[in-house]
Amino acid sequence: MSRAEAQQAIALGDDALVLGHRLSQWSSRAPTLEEDIALSNLALDLIGQARLFYTLAGEMEGEGRSEDDFAYFRDASAFRNVILVELPNGDFAQTMMRQLLFAAFMHPYFAATAEHATHAGFRDIAAKAVKEMAYHVRHAGDWVIRLGDGTAASHRRTRAALDALWPATGELFEMDADETALAASGVVPDRATLHAPWQATLDRVLGEAGLARPDGDAHTLTGGRRGAHTAHLAPMLEDMQSLARAHPGATW
Amino acid sequence: MVETAMPIWEVFIRPRSGLPHRHCGSVHAPDATLALQAARDVYTRRGESVSIWVVPSAAIIASDPNDKDQLFEPTSTKVYRHPTFYDIPDEVGHM
Repeated sequence: MSRAEAQQAIALGDDALVLGHRLSQWSSRAPTLEEDIALSNLALDLIGQARLFYTLAGEMEGEGRSEDDFAYFRDASAFRNVILVELPNGDFAQTMMRQLLFAAFMHPYFAATAEHATHAGFRDIAAKAVKEMAYHVRHAGDWVIRLGDGTAASHRRTRAALDALWPATGELFEMDADETALAASGVVPDRATLHAPWQATLDRVLGEAGLARPDGDAHTLTGGRRGAHTAHLAPMLEDMQSLARAHPGATW
Repeated sequence: MVETAMPIWEVFIRPRSGLPHRHCGSVHAPDATLALQAARDVYTRRGESVSIWVVPSAAIIASDPNDKDQLFEPTSTKVYRHPTFYDIPDEVGHM
């Protein structure tokens, strides 16, 4: 069981690290100074979560792998993040929509983990992360509302972002045999139970934004959990990992 | 596309120490809700704050810098307003 638990921690860490790095790519490029700092704050929340999950995974494995080993010395095919988080930033509307779709899922995920998980390692990380994800939902949701309910151009871009990202949302609810077993024993939440709160958050925000929830297939962009990623992940990792690989063990 | 300038909001934060809200700077934001979030993101990153106020900069009535002579100069000759002319009994301790 501990191997499956470690895999679970790695997957959660990968979701957080990849999305955190994507957000960090906005640094110095955001529409305003205020939003530049806000996006960095969101990124740092996620990178902090990734560090905790990788450290937990290393302890569970017992093979001496550190957080840096997980972050910097695995290739794309070894990453287990969902496709949603690796998709490019696109425009500001797409970045905010991606954040909303992810955070609206992770907030109830961490809430359930903090309250019910039988494993103290997952529970402790979730207790910290749930507050962070609550803010991500608020910040991304407030922007989606203003962009959707803004000008014709901002509405069009927000609509396009939702349509582009929607096919990747189904993967948030996928569970393989290992995760299903862990959920049955109470280590992690059953993702299916999170669909209702996820949808409730989305319906509230999209309703205020004047956007309808897409009715298209939400499962066409999937495979990240098995290591079958889009072509977007490898170049991002190459950039993120280049320094650590050129100077292994470097500190500052 | 016409770009409208985002309004400016003055930010006041109340520090953990229990002191009153103090002005700490300003942010751009389209409305009050996002002004609060911008203030949180820009000015409370190091755990400084337990409360934030934002006020539209346009709502602040400021004194005219050209009036500084008539507003502030007259006080410079009234040193007796400073509480430095009293002998404080030792028993009072540090004030």
